[in-house]
Amino acid sequence: MTENLIETVDLHKSFDVLGRGRLHVLKGVTEHIAKGEVVSVIGPSGGGKSTFLRCLNLLEVPEQGKIIFEGVEITGEKVDINLHRQKMGMVFQHFNVFPHLSVMKNITLAPVLLGKKSPTEADEQARALLNRVGLLEKAEEHPGRLSGGQKQRLAIVRALAMEPDVMLFDEPTSALDPEMVGEVLEVIKSLVGEGMTSVIVTHEMGFAREVSDRILFMDGGVIAESGKPEELLNHPQNPRTQDFLSKVLY
Amino acid sequence: MSFFENIAKIMTKYWQVFLLQGVGYTLLLSAITVSCGAVLGMLLYLGRSARFKPLNWLVVAVVEVIRGTPMLLQLYFFYFLVPKILPFPVTEFGAVAVGLVINSACYVSEIFRSGIQAVDRGQTEAARSLGLNGRQTMLRIILPQAIKNILPALGNEFIMVVKDTSLASTFFVGELMTSYLKVKGNTYLTMECLTIVGVIYFVLTFLLSKLLGAFERRLKAHD
Repeated sequence: MTENLIETVDLHKSFDVLGRGRLHVLKGVTEHIAKGEVVSVIGPSGGGKSTFLRCLNLLEVPEQGKIIFEGVEITGEKVDINLHRQKMGMVFQHFNVFPHLSVMKNITLAPVLLGKKSPTEADEQARALLNRVGLLEKAEEHPGRLSGGQKQRLAIVRALAMEPDVMLFDEPTSALDPEMVGEVLEVIKSLVGEGMTSVIVTHEMGFAREVSDRILFMDGGVIAESGKPEELLNHPQNPRTQDFLSKVLY
Repeated sequence: MSFFENIAKIMTKYWQVFLLQGVGYTLLLSAITVSCGAVLGMLLYLGRSARFKPLNWLVVAVVEVIRGTPMLLQLYFFYFLVPKILPFPVTEFGAVAVGLVINSACYVSEIFRSGIQAVDRGQTEAARSLGLNGRQTMLRIILPQAIKNILPALGNEFIMVVKDTSLASTFFVGELMTSYLKVKGNTYLTMECLTIVGVIYFVLTFLLSKLLGAFERRLKAHD
């Protein structure tokens, strides 16, 4: 648990927001995520959680600061980010499954297209993954016929098919109907149980407590507090963490 | 009842001018305009979204000018310009077709742009997060979804073009409206000739829209 998988140094990011001028979302985030570590990121909306996560695979490009992934500074020049992204799986709040492709194709497209697997290998792997998340019988369907929970499980195995070294979860259950949250959390839990390094932006405090090695509390564009789940959730030191947790029911 | 009798008489004598020559040239001109316009429109879209900024500005300027000036004016412009700049002789039909194609291409490029932009941004993000590059994302993820937005709009553009080709009659190139001018010149029966041509235009666009509607339903059924 000592080797750093991802390291960020003083990340800054701002956006133009219509009518509100320039919004400084990340104000210097320095953090490291060790290999095998499971880190949850909690905090109020607009605190920079998602932006931080999306910076890690450069879906958002920080204006300032460095991101080092597996020893490579991916924010540096002449870095082929596409190669590094293959090693970073991402799961989105709104699933973003490909509606024009079958469930199978959703999973096999990237590994085959990017030369990671032969079509037959990719097929076998996809079936094994689908079986694991209980979607094997949906293999030939189109995502339009899946429920939200099923879509999200598909999105997770789509990312897993690239055999990533880290999984980034951006509020994976926030867009789900309540009765489907459990099935998605189960899948994430089983992944984490296998030692998959994960960064999880979530509002599910109970889940964060259960699976995380560490919780980051983000507010106002900085990591206001970081610690083991019991410490941070039961004995928050920072007044902002205390204030936030007092308002959250879990 | 002499109005309908006149129409019957005109049709008996001039049906070939309306139905063969007129309809034929109108469909030919429309087909050329739509097919070349779609290809050129695609190129304009690529120019507009290219990384080379001056090319973007050039395309945006051209599209804005074409959309902001009357089509008849553009047809006159190309009617006189094309024979001047091409080293080989061009028929009037060809020169007018060039004008129609350029006009249509500008509208089509906007159809491509809005069709592609209508695909959810999350699709691009998901594809890029898997490691696909921009090109692979466009070809494998975005375009196949955008095509469902683009095809119906292209169909509407086709119908618009069929009607727009009537402006080409200003240059007497032989399409339906030219047939009207010819037959009216011979018979002096303005209202009758206008009615005939109007009915033909309506039947053409009506059939076309039914055809496109059936095609769209088949596309949707595949989802």
